[in-house]
Amino acid sequence: MSFTTRGFSGRRRQPETRLPPGQTLVEKWPVLSAGPTPVVDTADWELTIQDETGTDHRWNWDELIALGVEDITVDIHCVTHWSKLGMAWRGVSLDKLFEHVGSRHQYVMAHSHGGYTTNLPLEDLLGGKAWIAIEAEGRPLHPEHGGPARLLVPHLYFWKSAKWIRGLTMMPGNDPGFWERYGYHIHGDPWQEQRYR
Amino acid sequence: MPRHLDGNALAGVLSEVFTADVTAARARCGNCGNTAPVAEAMVYPDAPGLVARCVRCNHVLAVVVEAGDRLVLSLAGLDTLELRAPRA
Ligand SMILES: [Zn+2]
Repeated sequence: MSFTTRGFSGRRRQPETRLPPGQTLVEKWPVLSAGPTPVVDTADWELTIQDETGTDHRWNWDELIALGVEDITVDIHCVTHWSKLGMAWRGVSLDKLFEHVGSRHQYVMAHSHGGYTTNLPLEDLLGGKAWIAIEAEGRPLHPEHGGPARLLVPHLYFWKSAKWIRGLTMMPGNDPGFWERYGYHIHGDPWQEQRYR
Repeated sequence: MPRHLDGNALAGVLSEVFTADVTAARARCGNCGNTAPVAEAMVYPDAPGLVARCVRCNHVLAVVVEAGDRLVLSLAGLDTLELRAPRA
């Protein structure tokens, strides 16, 4: 039995209906930075998920890759009103990482090299909706775009896709991250136009 | 590298908050204590808001976000801001 029919896949959304409200299509990929670009070598790279017991679940670069790298094609939507459609990425699903983490907490703070933070409900990171991205458009992720690895959560505004990701910390409540403290929406769904709180 | 401007980039938006010219004020970094005119801070404009950083230690001194119909200003990274009274 299949739920996918030829008719369904043939009715792909046209570009104009793939644009959330208030967004404009771009071809180039703008660089948005709130500070200098950290230099992170994959030889020293490590990702940590900290649960409520204080236990750190750690992966180095090779361990991350060994979890399985997927091809991902997604549209991205930046809160500064640009959208880029059909971007080709490669990365490791967060489902693979969270298989190894037992936590009762339902919220996550993402931490980046350089001090950036952003908050997300755990449910937005699971179910094939989020990745640790290591390649974009056929190349290793450039440091200006968050390389060697960034969070990729394409169904939310792109500020949630934290560049230079270094860790995730489980939280009992939905505490605000960097931009969320300064007026941006706590969740950031582009289809609901959740730009500001 | 991402571009950054100097602290004069804050003048327009901060004139909505302060009556004095804040870019001429002296700011003391809450992290390293470096004291310098706001105009000398590094301001990163290519982000969802303006982020001003300390020239010495890179600490975030101030953030300004124009969030729809509201202006959100954080000076949490600043220890002190010293404004000089205009001469009579
Ligand atoms: Zn400083």
